[in-house]
Amino acid sequence: MSEVLLELRGVETRVGRYQILHGVDFAARRGRVTMLLGRNGAGKTTTLRTIMGLWRAGAGSITFAGRRIEALGTPEIARLGIAYVPETMGIFSQLTVRENLLLATGRDGLASDRLDRLFALFPALRERYSVPAGVLSGGQKQMLAIGRAIIEPRSLLVVDEPTKGLAPHVIEVLIEVFRRLKQSETTILLVEQNFRMAVSVGDDVAVMDDGRIVHAGSMADLAADEALQHRLLGLSLAVHQ
Amino acid sequence: MLLSGDPPRGRILSAMLATIVAVLAVAPFLFPSTRALAVAERIAILIVLTASYDMLLGYTGIVSFAHTMFFGMGAYGVAIALTRFGAGWGQVVIGALAGMLLAIVVAAIVGLLSLRVRAIFFAMITLAVASFAQILASTMRDWTGGEDGLTFEVPKTLTSAFRLGGGYNGNLVTYYLIFTVAAVLFLFLLRVVNSPMGRVLQAIRENEFRAEALGLRTLWYRTLAGAIAAAAASLAGSLLALQLRYTGPDATLSFSLMVDILLIVVIGGMGTLYGAIVGATIMTMAQYYLQPAMGGLANAFSGVPLMQAVLDPDRWLLWLGLLFIAIVYFFPTGIVGRLRTP
Amino acid sequence: MRVSLENLAPKLVLPAIVLAALPIIGVSNWLVLTVAGLAMGAMLFLMAAGLTLIFGLMDVMNFAHGAFITLGAYIGITVLAPLAGWSTGHSWTLNLAAFAVALLAALVVSGAVGWGFERLIVRGVYGAPLRQILVTTGGLIVAQQLFIVLWGPNAIPLVKPPTFSGSILIGSAAIEKYRLIALALGMGAFAALTLLLNRTRIGLLVRAGVENREMVEVLGYRVRRLFIGVFIIGTALAGTGGVIWALYQELVTPQLGTEMFVLVLIILIIGGLGSIGGSLIGAMLVGLTTNYVGFLAPTISLGSNILLMVLILLWRPQGLFPVAKS
Repeated sequence: MSEVLLELRGVETRVGRYQILHGVDFAARRGRVTMLLGRNGAGKTTTLRTIMGLWRAGAGSITFAGRRIEALGTPEIARLGIAYVPETMGIFSQLTVRENLLLATGRDGLASDRLDRLFALFPALRERYSVPAGVLSGGQKQMLAIGRAIIEPRSLLVVDEPTKGLAPHVIEVLIEVFRRLKQSETTILLVEQNFRMAVSVGDDVAVMDDGRIVHAGSMADLAADEALQHRLLGLSLAVHQ
Repeated sequence: MLLSGDPPRGRILSAMLATIVAVLAVAPFLFPSTRALAVAERIAILIVLTASYDMLLGYTGIVSFAHTMFFGMGAYGVAIALTRFGAGWGQVVIGALAGMLLAIVVAAIVGLLSLRVRAIFFAMITLAVASFAQILASTMRDWTGGEDGLTFEVPKTLTSAFRLGGGYNGNLVTYYLIFTVAAVLFLFLLRVVNSPMGRVLQAIRENEFRAEALGLRTLWYRTLAGAIAAAAASLAGSLLALQLRYTGPDATLSFSLMVDILLIVVIGGMGTLYGAIVGATIMTMAQYYLQPAMGGLANAFSGVPLMQAVLDPDRWLLWLGLLFIAIVYFFPTGIVGRLRTP
Repeated sequence: MRVSLENLAPKLVLPAIVLAALPIIGVSNWLVLTVAGLAMGAMLFLMAAGLTLIFGLMDVMNFAHGAFITLGAYIGITVLAPLAGWSTGHSWTLNLAAFAVALLAALVVSGAVGWGFERLIVRGVYGAPLRQILVTTGGLIVAQQLFIVLWGPNAIPLVKPPTFSGSILIGSAAIEKYRLIALALGMGAFAALTLLLNRTRIGLLVRAGVENREMVEVLGYRVRRLFIGVFIIGTALAGTGGVIWALYQELVTPQLGTEMFVLVLIILIIGGLGSIGGSLIGAMLVGLTTNYVGFLAPTISLGSNILLMVLILLWRPQGLFPVAKS
């Protein structure tokens, strides 16, 4: 059992007058990929936003690397070494690909070895390095969003539905990228609906429903148990592409 | 029911409102002096002007800087009709209607042009349009009398030449005309904000995106609210024209009047409508009776240069401005909100 | 990339108006009016640039921005009074020194007051547009009164340094020197802002923040701290614009900034909220329209800018150069 890097206990979040999270408990362990699954509206995105401090947890605790973070501001949380890729990708469309990447680096800027490593993962970004990010294709934007999150080493990578709306060949590229990240022992928390992605990269899984975690275990066990999938997700992962 | 099922709630508040309304209702018999009557008339007119503004600010959540423009349209409508075509009741009605129609059309155009973008944009555009109206009023001298404004005769029934017996004259008629129209308009506005449309407006104010998602045409509703508020403001302007027998840019269009409206609505209580009654009364009484008292205070500090300057009666907006900021920060529902029982 | 008329047209508005005015007005007057318009535009740009960035970055519309313009003008008066020996003499070096000190003082004081204003007034109302408009308007009311307390209710005359007055003859067109100076200062400020935005890390953060504030925070930057900087720069520029304008008009009133603020709003609406380039073009358009129409049809000149705004809004509801928000 590896050490816990991120732990949520009894996290409750309200957005406006609606309570979305009703006490979320789960943990992401160091060096592993934790999948967060659940129907639309189960509270997955809210959970990620609460971790990042974009929405405030009204109750409960969030611990990252032994430190309570639920009261910190978003920039402080990010500086602890958490990279977050929102569902909307958060690309700055008026800035060039280079400038987008530059924002994710420290004061010393874009080191060439890091860039080379990034371009090895996403060759398309090399060609489009100097164009405004707004003109990239949807897949390229997602590559840039993930590239921006991993250009500097982070302790935790939080990604919200990276494959949403992307063409199958792009999804294959992303799966490959996550596999390689896994090999490099990066801790990842991933919200995903794509079954192939979930099964190929997930180690652990937490399933959400109605603002709570309703199941936690190993990804392999869930992948093997179609009845459990039906009960938890209302459908089998295999058909849910 | 008269109050549209939205009573003031709260004992102190009810007593306060009842007193104000009762005093206004019999003001000519309580205070025979012309000055006191003018104060009462001004309060009645300001109540309509600020209540209609509260419908926008408090209920719809949009800030307009052009409310005085609509007020001016009604005032100039009556003024121009009476100046050009003589002092008759027909002219009063036509002038008031023309001003109201213009107000509705302009409000609809401004709303449709800017409300689809965002609330801040609306505030900016209304500020620009309001300054345009001021420019128009001062440059179209042939129609508006320019900076000097228009002085005109009103129908004889409204003048002191019209004898009623018992020492009363047409001034009494003027007063009750203003009082009645103001009361009807206020009750109408109260009905609007408590109608299904009023609830829709508040839903939009609470959450524009959700309202949009529910299929409410937010642009349409907000524009409609803007047009109703503009119509009421213009009628208040027509009343002012009849009261003063004069219409000019400073009395109807100035930015300082706009500031007064904002102060009254915010201090009285946004989103309550009754705040307009409380606010307009307190503000007007203070302007007429309290402001001069500041002079005494200023004289007490006559040795201390800066103190004397900030306590000068002409600087009273300084203190009101600070009060305004404090209220927005700490008591966003104003006096009425404080006194109301939930 | 799609280079269509749709993208090109907004950029053509300014040259089109300038060229169209030439045959109507005649070369000599046209030259004078164009320089006057561009100079006015340059001064307006100084007043508008900060506000557009403040809005772009934090969605904060500061209705008290005009007060900072007035403040700059009064600081100019206060500083130039003891420097009268420098500013009224006929040595251009001393004139320049006095002018520079006045600009610097206006810049520093407006910026400092802007910082205080942000901390005291604006800070508590982020993300609440309604209260923001109300609170900043309240700030304007108070500021307006404080100006009267400190500098009196009456207009105060202010005289340009002698070597800055007078004209240069180009053909039969007399071009006022001070207009050229104002134009140079405005363009200098534009160049400096553009460099700051495009060549520095802070600038990169501001551009990113204008587009998507939340994501900048997710990347670990404190946008609020960045915003305070932008707010200070914005109010400092407004104050500088105020003193340059005051010297141009040679008169300062407590209402100076409020009157200019209406034009500033028109510029922001025309140019597109949040766009520095847009506010430059908007400012030039307003300056030129005021001068051309003032010459051709003086009676409607005051309202011509509003008509311009309405026309542009009908064509492009978001202004000429809208900033994409995500």
